[in-house]
Amino acid sequence: MSFLSKSPWIFHYDASSCNGCDIEVLACLTPMYDIERFGIINTGNPKHADIFLITGSVNEQNKEVVLNLYNQMADPKVVVAIGACALSGGIFKECYNVSGGVDKVIPVDVYVPGCAARPEAIIDGVVKGLAALEKKAAALKNLAATGAK
Amino acid sequence: MSLVGAIAYVILAPLAGVLLAGTDRIISARMQGRVGPPVLQPLYDVLKLLSKRSIVVNHFQNYYIMCFLLFVAMTGALFFAGGDLLLVIFALTVASIFLAIAAYSPNSPYSNVGAERELLQMMAYEPMLLITALGMYLVTGSFQVGNILAGPRLICQYLPGILLGFLFVLTIKLRKSPFDLSTSHHGHQELVKGLTTEMSGPSLAAVEIAHWYENILLLGFVYLFFAALHPAVAVVATLVVYSIEIVIDNASARLTWKFAIKSAWIAAGVLGATNLLVVYYQFREVLP
Repeated sequence: MSFLSKSPWIFHYDASSCNGCDIEVLACLTPMYDIERFGIINTGNPKHADIFLITGSVNEQNKEVVLNLYNQMADPKVVVAIGACALSGGIFKECYNVSGGVDKVIPVDVYVPGCAARPEAIIDGVVKGLAALEKKAAALKNLAATGAK
Repeated sequence: MSLVGAIAYVILAPLAGVLLAGTDRIISARMQGRVGPPVLQPLYDVLKLLSKRSIVVNHFQNYYIMCFLLFVAMTGALFFAGGDLLLVIFALTVASIFLAIAAYSPNSPYSNVGAERELLQMMAYEPMLLITALGMYLVTGSFQVGNILAGPRLICQYLPGILLGFLFVLTIKLRKSPFDLSTSHHGHQELVKGLTTEMSGPSLAAVEIAHWYENILLLGFVYLFFAALHPAVAVVATLVVYSIEIVIDNASARLTWKFAIKSAWIAAGVLGATNLLVVYYQFREVLP
């Protein structure tokens, strides 16, 4: 186990969520859930983040933004999609401007269902994301060891 | 000058800095009704940052960041070796300038505004730092940290105004609210992360380590005010001062840079200069 899972910094983006899931993400930071106990910090900066929490469906306007934010994060990184809309587009799926779930634009590692997803589910999603993060870190290390690009 | 002090500082300051930062985070969390992270969390953060891939827009940035780290460590080593207080203050300024240049180097508006604010903050605290050194000279008759430490007079007794003024600028220097203008410990501000927005992975780790060095150096300054007391009492007094800074950090919202400069200069003028005049008339006969 590396130090990645002892200090996962998260970064939260609202693609086109109704704010229901966003409120639940922020609830994780309150004294009730206090995710800083596990070293988790909500950074406002993709360059500092390890885990990308994204809520809401991706639409035609912010496709580029989501991709840009993802590309700005340093490897190893993990994406956690939160809520029904981020998973598949949810009730907005049929809208003319909605592209669908987050995985239409960037690779998603963990899916957290719910409308809105509960803080417990979000924390569980982040913990599952840690396992994925460790796996990616190990893969990166192997890649460096074998000298591949 | 003692080489032992310098070497001890270079090796032990990061360890002390980790414990200080970790305790700071726990106390802050408790004040907000939370449990808070483990005490070694800052160390975990830095070790993690070191394992991340580096993304740098302008490669000169890393060079300037390493200069920042080097100069901060060197400044602290000079201080703990008992060197010249004025030289320490000027070397610390050079270190901060390197950090500002590092933040200027990528073409990012957030990072650039953060760098500008860092320079404004330096303008705000620099006069008070110089007045502190002058006050210590007037009381002890020497700019050498070694002589100031060995002096028989309790400095805070003669320089209460300068101590208060120094505490004022210490808030700016420790990057605590209400003066965490250029970068803060928390994201979600108008400047994203200001100064450190464009620094990621290993370069951010270097900045964090430099901050550990810097914080211990600043506490060393505070220690000088209480140096004539028993060392244990003086250390406790220094930690009490740091706790007051934590309380101020948690109890205040951020202010504007204009207010920071105005208030810091007023503090330097009223608390610092007045105190300086008083000790000057008190000690002018015995000055070397």
